[in-house]
Amino acid sequence: MAADGSSRRARLTLRQVFAAPLAIAVLSGVGLTSALLGDDIWDVLSWLALAVPVAVILWYWPRRSA
Amino acid sequence: MRARTIKIWHLVHKWTSLVCTLFLLMLCVTGLPLIFYEEIDELTGNVPVPPALAAAAPSVGVDPIVAEARRLYPAEQVKYVVWDDHAPDLIYTSLQRPDSAPDEFRVLAFDARTGNLLQEPEYNSGFMYVMFTLHVELFAGLPGMLFLGFMGLLFVASIVSGTALYAPFMRKLAFGTVRRDRAPRARWLDLHNLLGVVTVTWALVVGVTGVINTWADLVLAVWRNDQLAEMTAPYQGKPPLAHLGSLDAALANARAAVPGMSPSFVAFPGTDFSTSHHYMVAMHGDAPLTSHLIKPVLIDAGTGMLTDTRDLPWYVATLLISQPLHFGDYGGMPLKILWALLDIVTIVVLGSGLYLWLARRHSSIELEIAELERAEVRLAAQ
Repeated sequence: MAADGSSRRARLTLRQVFAAPLAIAVLSGVGLTSALLGDDIWDVLSWLALAVPVAVILWYWPRRSA
Repeated sequence: MRARTIKIWHLVHKWTSLVCTLFLLMLCVTGLPLIFYEEIDELTGNVPVPPALAAAAPSVGVDPIVAEARRLYPAEQVKYVVWDDHAPDLIYTSLQRPDSAPDEFRVLAFDARTGNLLQEPEYNSGFMYVMFTLHVELFAGLPGMLFLGFMGLLFVASIVSGTALYAPFMRKLAFGTVRRDRAPRARWLDLHNLLGVVTVTWALVVGVTGVINTWADLVLAVWRNDQLAEMTAPYQGKPPLAHLGSLDAALANARAAVPGMSPSFVAFPGTDFSTSHHYMVAMHGDAPLTSHLIKPVLIDAGTGMLTDTRDLPWYVATLLISQPLHFGDYGGMPLKILWALLDIVTIVVLGSGLYLWLARRHSSIELEIAELERAEVRLAAQ
């Protein structure tokens, strides 16, 4: 899936460029605040939300095998 | 975005990053063990384990503990009494000689039930002390702290400008693209963009709250001159107390003044948190948010009677909320692990940024900007 990225010619709009980063940023914000406001389920929500940026990095991290 | 705007953002990103990167790398590396401060302290035996008692014992009270601390170290003064949120059977006292430096102190850990001395934890030497002091003030006191705060501000500017630059670089690439078939520099640019943009909220929050934490001494000084001075106005000009009254009596009155809250720590007369006449009993709630906020209750240290209590002003509340948001210690071990992972990602972002600058082709920025400019012109012509 990484191979087709560089060959893309279409120019993305600002909205398209920032759609995914903005979603991750909002989720991170939820994760950072929820554990501060509550325990138990709020802690779990915090872990799940803050795991998203880490998971995204692992997902897109370049692998040796194609 | 016009080429000129891109160029300005690029200059901001380059220079703010270049100045702060080495310090930020230091902060990220020293911060990593600090995330697990409590766990490391426990593993290295720096936290006492209260012994099991035959029968459930009520607390002995704090007066015997303070008296014991004074008996053990008669040349020193008790400055603080601190409760441990995680271990209700522990009470800490901190002592100082009248002539010792502000950061030189002795801590004694007592069993809250029996009043027995359990341990003298070491906070003034060792690996964690070095990590902590480097991270907080570079072994340079308040100037070091404020300097690191300034580096933190540059870091925040670098994050903002980096986010602005993300757009022109990603106009033709799908989110998450890492060009593997290109030169290492292109690959690392893509990784720098990806890792930077997905951690932007976390890095901004930890960066901004870190900067706020460097102002702690200043915030405290403002509070002393503002709210604390107002609350204790009738005591101004009185000579310091020769003898301190019962702390247990003071605590009882503090609890009565703010029902539903429990003491977090007591600052003794003559400390930065109090006057020369008061026990400042810092009460806190038990809910996740209110446990981080304190309500100062000023008790006349001579009579044990209530002088005044007020809610903290916004600037102290901001500082207190900034602490957990910087430390990542408010959501159990999973949050700490995520904090560590995001810290490591930040190290990679900083390192790759440094690499991109070191491995820059001759006048590469001008070439890249020119390329972007041509693209803009082409698009405008369509």
